[in-house]
Amino acid sequence: MSRRNFSVIGKPLPKIDAMGKCTGETPYANDLEFPRMCYGKLFRCPHPHARIREIHVERALALEGVYAVITGADLPQKFGILPATEDEEALAVEKARFAGDPVAAVAAVSEAVAEQALKLIEVDYEILKPILSIEEALAATDESERIHSWNRRANVQKAVSFEFGDVAGGFAEADEVFEDTFFYQGNTHLPLEQHCAIAVYGPGDKLTVWSSTQTPHYVHRALAKVLGMPMGRIRVIAPPVGGGFGGKSDPFSHELCAAKLAMVTGRPVKFTLSREEVFYVHRGRHPVKMWIKTAVKKDGTLKAMHFRSFLDGGGYSSYGLASVYYTGALQTVTYHLPAYKFEGARVFTNKPPCGPKRGHGTPQPRFAIEIQLDKIAEKLGIDPLDLRLKQLVEPNTVTVNGLRVSTTGLRECIEKVAAAADWKKKFRKLPDGRGVGFAASAYISGAGLPIYWNKMPHSGVQIRLDRGGGVTVFCGSTDIGQGSDSILAYAVAEEFGLSPNDIRVFTADTDLTPVDLGSYSSRVTVMTGNAAIQACGKLKTILLQAAGEALEIPGDDLEFAEGKVRSRSYPKKALSFAECVEAAEAKNGTLGATGSYRPPRHPGNYKGAGVGPTPAYSFSTSIVELQCDRDTGEIKIEKIWIAHDCGTAFNPLLVEGQTEGSVYMALGEALMEEQVFRKNGLHKFPSMLDYKSPTTLETPEIETILVETNDPEGPYGAKEAGQGPLLPVVPAVANAVYDAIGVRIDEVPITPDKILRALEGRYKRITVPTFDFPAPIKWQPGEGIEVQQKA
Amino acid sequence: MAVKRKIKNNNGSAANRKRLLRLHVNGETKEVAAEDNKTLLEILREDLKLTGTKHGCEVGECGTCTVLIDGEPALSCLVLGVEYEGAEIVTVEGLKRGGAPHPLQKAFSDLGAAQCGYCTPGILVTAKALLDKKPHPDREEIKQALAGNICRCTGYTKIIEAVELAADGEAKR
Repeated sequence: MSRRNFSVIGKPLPKIDAMGKCTGETPYANDLEFPRMCYGKLFRCPHPHARIREIHVERALALEGVYAVITGADLPQKFGILPATEDEEALAVEKARFAGDPVAAVAAVSEAVAEQALKLIEVDYEILKPILSIEEALAATDESERIHSWNRRANVQKAVSFEFGDVAGGFAEADEVFEDTFFYQGNTHLPLEQHCAIAVYGPGDKLTVWSSTQTPHYVHRALAKVLGMPMGRIRVIAPPVGGGFGGKSDPFSHELCAAKLAMVTGRPVKFTLSREEVFYVHRGRHPVKMWIKTAVKKDGTLKAMHFRSFLDGGGYSSYGLASVYYTGALQTVTYHLPAYKFEGARVFTNKPPCGPKRGHGTPQPRFAIEIQLDKIAEKLGIDPLDLRLKQLVEPNTVTVNGLRVSTTGLRECIEKVAAAADWKKKFRKLPDGRGVGFAASAYISGAGLPIYWNKMPHSGVQIRLDRGGGVTVFCGSTDIGQGSDSILAYAVAEEFGLSPNDIRVFTADTDLTPVDLGSYSSRVTVMTGNAAIQACGKLKTILLQAAGEALEIPGDDLEFAEGKVRSRSYPKKALSFAECVEAAEAKNGTLGATGSYRPPRHPGNYKGAGVGPTPAYSFSTSIVELQCDRDTGEIKIEKIWIAHDCGTAFNPLLVEGQTEGSVYMALGEALMEEQVFRKNGLHKFPSMLDYKSPTTLETPEIETILVETNDPEGPYGAKEAGQGPLLPVVPAVANAVYDAIGVRIDEVPITPDKILRALEGRYKRITVPTFDFPAPIKWQPGEGIEVQQKA
Repeated sequence: MAVKRKIKNNNGSAANRKRLLRLHVNGETKEVAAEDNKTLLEILREDLKLTGTKHGCEVGECGTCTVLIDGEPALSCLVLGVEYEGAEIVTVEGLKRGGAPHPLQKAFSDLGAAQCGYCTPGILVTAKALLDKKPHPDREEIKQALAGNICRCTGYTKIIEAVELAADGEAKR
């Protein structure tokens, strides 16, 4: 694709919805209310693992102001985000699997009355022994100790094993073999907006649910399944979401219960989760233990890698099947790896289920790999940047596990971040207590496969042209703050030569907008952008024909620019966009068109090859400079440099914003955030004061460098920006700590107590369980399918 | 499933009796009947329908519900409406000047300082209180002033830049 002069793309424009958010006018889910609305609350099991013998709701129902109480018996149909692992219930039927698992739901005249009613619900539990760690889960192999009954091996949700290329040969060739263990503690999204859902039933047996969700289409499917209602009678609307980061990507109990309670009470029902509930509802970063063994030549060339991951999944599957694959999928995308073995297992524990958080399953292995590479470079006496630069994955190549890398800006990212941070002058040269660390990473611009197997588009866009020249765009995508509504306006404005403010955008409404799978896996810009361009293309053909006839100019001499359709050779010969639409509508009838997008296939054709492919990989590098106090163990981040290959910066302001936000979130994970539980299954810090996250005072200066590679698969060459830049920051912090004070902390968060223990020689290496993995699926790149590639 | 068709109103008991309050919000005097235990946040959102003020924790930990009371930032989830009759209360809806956006609103919009936008109202009024007292704060003063407002989207970078831009813009007025 050749570079064009864009009028909108690449410009630092405000988001189309920015001012509404700055005046308080933007309505979020909890800002909506309806006549006769009542309020719902969930009764949650206080025990981590308990069989439900009996539930008594009579006293709760007798309370003044209570409309209805429902239990698991009212919504017994199991559901779950992935069709292969539907193991959740809206309200636990036989068993509660974590402290906080919902057991009953109340609708009442006010939130206060609903809360009072919860205290009157009586449940007779048989308390079961809780399983609270990966090791306990793997040890509890007896059938009687199962958390779920459906999975093959007790308390192992999924175990996978792959071998790509000649792994034994790679190790045999090695001059050095490095073996390390790592632990990435779980943490949570902590969006500022607490989840909220409102359901209205009727008129005409139709159900409408407004929810602060990133995935209205999947909520739509889950509602239909659990309520036993055709999708055509259900409408799901996602108002602007007050922060998601992956935490609002599952269908949730409060959404299903709002719907059911609206149906049984005949009233609108609103559920708003408390902050404490948000900590339990979670679906955040999996705690992962990792073991990694890597074969290298003396010059640092990687010959083979064997990687094992153990994911602490919590009480339900959620996205876990994908998460376990993701901990092994993208190792091969950054540096050339000729042989690779991956074994991963996700276990059930009696804790809130984990799911996707920014980077889904890939920050943990990236943490491990990038620290190990730092160790390898140190041992071999090679600069860690040079070690990587000599073996980068080349553009237009296929990795050993069958992933096609189209463009890569990793080399430029490394060189630019090093120059900006003055790496060569600082690395191993700063005074004691001060250090720099480097890491690199790759991420997907959208998952190659949908959550449920189908051959339909991943994203659809519909455009309607009004005879006044108005342009309205309809798309199922969900703006969670990343600017996806604006992306649609920018693309359509670019195509029609209009201003983004001329475009009206309607999104995330299953009655009005074509399906887009949702705001996850960094898929939205690439997929909705391509769909929008395709829809515009169909309309442009019609418009150009009508304008050509009206102006008596051949179509190929016409262009859309500055609100007009005009002659390229005589720009004064022009129709206004509105006149052009009028002419076209007179000629063709009412004007509208659709466009859609489905990602290309990748060469990998083995079972499990569905996780990892994407239209285009983004690449990021980071250098962190910090000070570490030997007396207190405190870390002060001085500055972070981040370079990100975003393909084309659709809007550099938004790409920078996504990058800075990713760096910030990474810093929280690296230094302080952890989602940990007591022996009784209760969260240790279910409040924003105790679950520490960085404020303005802990967030350092961030210098963002955008690298553009113009990917053929991306709209105008764009790739993702929302998740990838999180990945390199966490290991770069750990590597900088080593540069500063000479101790390795192979886990996050890197807290002062761990640093002090390490300085005193008392820091314990991470132990990783032994486990009998299944026999590996073996695959070589030559066995893959032929893939057509865009030039 | 258990459903009741007829219910009594729960607002009858003495503890729940409402009192008529006169509140000065965004330059207007509003009368509202509210229970004594209702927080200012609840009165603003539920009774006055000023839903621009958001809530993130309702226990004073996130700064999302910040409003100005007599020019000072206050967490509206931690104070009762009944305490502030006679005070001047300003919410995000009161920032516009004669229908035009406040320079802070313009700067936040132009620089992409509002991503999901949920923490934005609280941050805007906190920043306004800062600029009203100190028209040219340095970066450290901006960070200190906003340290109680958590934002999970932006990494604060564009927020701080937007406050600086608004301060510069005000200087040129």
